Amino acid sequence: MLTLTVNGQPHPVAVEPRRILLDVLRRDLGLTGTKEVCEMGNCGACTVLLDDEAVYSCLVLAVECEAQEIETVEGLARGQELTAVQEAFVACDALQCGFCTPGQILSMEGALRRRPDADEAALTEAVTGNLCRCGAYRNIVAAAGRVAATSSGGAG
Amino acid sequence: MDESDLPTWPPGTDLETVGTGVPRREAPAKVTGGAVYSSDLRLPGQLYAAIARSPHPHARVRSIDTERARRQPGVVSVIAGEEGGEGVTWYEESVPLFGPVARFAGDEVAAVAATSLEAARDAVRALNVDYEVLAHVVGIDEAQRPEAPSIHGTPGNRTTDPKVEERGDVAAALAAAPIRIEHTYRTPTAVHNALETHGAVAWWQPDRLTIWASTQGVTQVAQMTAEALGLDQSQVRVITEHVGGGFGAKQVPWKDVAIAALLSRRTGRPVQCAYDRHGENVAAGKRGATRQRVRIGADTDGRLLAIDAELVGDSGAYQTAGEAAALWGPYQGLYRCDNVRTSVTYVYTNTGPAVAFRAPGYVEAAFALESAMDELAHRLGVDPIELRRRNHTGVDQQQAKPWSSPDSLPLIYDRISALAGWDARPRNAPPAPGGDGGVRRGWGFAASDWLAGKANPPGYASVELRTDGSAEVVTTVQDIGTGTRTVLAQVAAEELQLPVEEVRVTLGDTAAGPPSPTSSGSATTPTMAPAVRAAAADARHQLVAAAARQLDCAPGDVTLDHGKLVAANSGSRTVAEVLEGLSPAAVHGWGELVAVDDSVSVRTFGAAVAEVSVDTGTGEVRVTRMVSVPDCGRVLNPTLVASQIIGGVTQGIGFALTESQLVDAELGLPVNDSLEEYLVPTVLDICPIEAVPLDRPDTGANQLGVKGIGEPPMIPVAPAIANAVFDAIGIRFHELPLTRRRVLDALAEAASPDESEPA
Repeated sequence: MLTLTVNGQPHPVAVEPRRILLDVLRRDLGLTGTKEVCEMGNCGACTVLLDDEAVYSCLVLAVECEAQEIETVEGLARGQELTAVQEAFVACDALQCGFCTPGQILSMEGALRRRPDADEAALTEAVTGNLCRCGAYRNIVAAAGRVAATSSGGAG
Repeated sequence: MDESDLPTWPPGTDLETVGTGVPRREAPAKVTGGAVYSSDLRLPGQLYAAIARSPHPHARVRSIDTERARRQPGVVSVIAGEEGGEGVTWYEESVPLFGPVARFAGDEVAAVAATSLEAARDAVRALNVDYEVLAHVVGIDEAQRPEAPSIHGTPGNRTTDPKVEERGDVAAALAAAPIRIEHTYRTPTAVHNALETHGAVAWWQPDRLTIWASTQGVTQVAQMTAEALGLDQSQVRVITEHVGGGFGAKQVPWKDVAIAALLSRRTGRPVQCAYDRHGENVAAGKRGATRQRVRIGADTDGRLLAIDAELVGDSGAYQTAGEAAALWGPYQGLYRCDNVRTSVTYVYTNTGPAVAFRAPGYVEAAFALESAMDELAHRLGVDPIELRRRNHTGVDQQQAKPWSSPDSLPLIYDRISALAGWDARPRNAPPAPGGDGGVRRGWGFAASDWLAGKANPPGYASVELRTDGSAEVVTTVQDIGTGTRTVLAQVAAEELQLPVEEVRVTLGDTAAGPPSPTSSGSATTPTMAPAVRAAAADARHQLVAAAARQLDCAPGDVTLDHGKLVAANSGSRTVAEVLEGLSPAAVHGWGELVAVDDSVSVRTFGAAVAEVSVDTGTGEVRVTRMVSVPDCGRVLNPTLVASQIIGGVTQGIGFALTESQLVDAELGLPVNDSLEEYLVPTVLDICPIEAVPLDRPDTGANQLGVKGIGEPPMIPVAPAIANAVFDAIGIRFHELPLTRRRVLDALAEAASPDESEPA
């Protein structure tokens, strides 16, 4: 038995040591916003924040995460209020099927936790490990630009 | 109400909601993790399935010992071999679900349902399958050789006899042509690799089967599954709320659906069966490789006199239903030519089955034809766009009737030329043979047509008006991430003069109404938007009639004006008042599109300009700018259309530069069956893309003038890039993808004086 802290909530779970965080989030905790695509760290769709750092949850064992703060896409918005990254993805139509979207967003959120004034290039760099098969990349770059404009405006 | 009974929205009509960039309605759900895909489903008591796949490209299954697998913890059911498949047959060849013969590495031989996915996978590893390995063949050239192993007992491993279409006298016209171009072009096997793999949850309850599928066609899945399982279609309900990508591969049900259903029937519990990434790469469809021997004859002005194309495509081990790869299409239709012959042959190979992939056949053929046209332009010293103008036709020469939009292509040529700055592009000095190690730049152009993008009837929809001032559109059609919900809401809002936020759209459930088309052939919008418009118009007419009764005047005296029904001389009522007056009756509009105008041929045309840089030291091709001008008729939503264009261009860049499924010939095994090794574009591979639809209502297509946009933007991308590479380094490539290895080899060959081609 271990306790995972996900989106600020403690979740006691019993898991086999071999099970990955992605699978425990999706199957045991019902947090299916984190997507399973490749299970081998190729695509970024399962990205979550672990103590503010973006990680592929398919490459992390659940038992490693007991003492850490886990954040998933479900934990970002406060009620109806989207984060700047989420708002930018909607405004720029930076998604089509939406399957890669949670991972893209968390990768950018991770970059912003490290550097709240991250510019478009840095936010784009943050999603280089997130594949989008629909090919929404140009709009994802536009979303990065919109976030950067907002955050630097806020900082200035 | 039938959509054809309504007046057209003529070009220039002042519309309020249609034509605006209304945000994608499901975007908030998709950015917060709230959007539910079939792979997200967790029903009470749900089991998880795993599939055993043949490790051999061709083998007979002698026996399967399931004992050890059944004893694994958590295992609830194991189905294996012909008995496990319960007589269900699959593919166009009607082979048993779990065949006695595996015809590709990845062919399904058994499946397990267990209480966890790990337990199911463990049990698959515990199966003991005794295979008799048979000789295999991969590659279309090899499969056609007389000594090749026979995959289905057909001559030359052909799926059918060649499909030949000829007009005029091609041999004579070619022989007489003063200019001839002849090459064999090759395109690779490309894998859709949608991020959500094929998968379904099936729940078999007494007398009914409910399937939550990741599909492009809920109706299609219900029909084909009912047929495969011997059920009445009314017993099968298919639900698809969101789909994590399809691109053609999900236009027919795959074995995940049948396996989940059979396991659910055996266990009495809901069963989820989703392919893993390996399965998705080897057993869930692909764009089959092609070999295209093309001969073109032209006069000295560049007018085409003859086209002869011998086309061979890789079908994989089986044929699938759905759109065929129309390899003949561009040769037969894109340009005016009196003498055209195409011969298309598909051959079986011991690899995964092919299925439609975004403009199937046209993407492959356009690479060859548009490379040849560029070569012809350079040979004659004619501008490549001017050459296309000289060969324009406003007529479908196969069907001998006009295009519905006969002047689209010339307008596209004008628009893209101006947008791209084509005439002012830098003209390259002739490159040093083999390159000088530096980076060279080039521009390329390609045109395209596409045989679809028109309505695929029937399409049905209903619209109900509510007393709170809202409306609900209901249709069974699915939204596969293209924005179907959003554009259908816009069309209903337009007809009902409602704010678009007041229109709800319910879709993706076969229980909600009559059948709907599969989202393929870029047909969803041109089929469903007119049907929804008709349903909304029907609702409006009912509302006006009710208001006239309540206001005691003739319906012709009442007009709807933004939430109010105004009578000429008898006052007015709000929509809510009229509806309350009607209660408990309601306003329930019905709309359909059941036929299309056959007197014209509806096509979607387009063109692309590519700018590239080629590093002659490393062989790296980078696309630095793309301009895309497709014709999708009236643009219902410019934001969503632009997204479809950049998506198609992005996939086209992948097809041109990196994507190719590699199969080891000796082992018969795919060697890049993951997203690490099968290279789809990343954010850093993609350049600025100018996406500018022609936005010209095609009133020959339907009353709204709308055509599809999903597939066409991909078609001209690869040839535009290859032509730009020629412009940069003076080397003409006849095979994709343009990998560094291929570019470096070609540069080395060009540098060797013995190998250089005469000018």
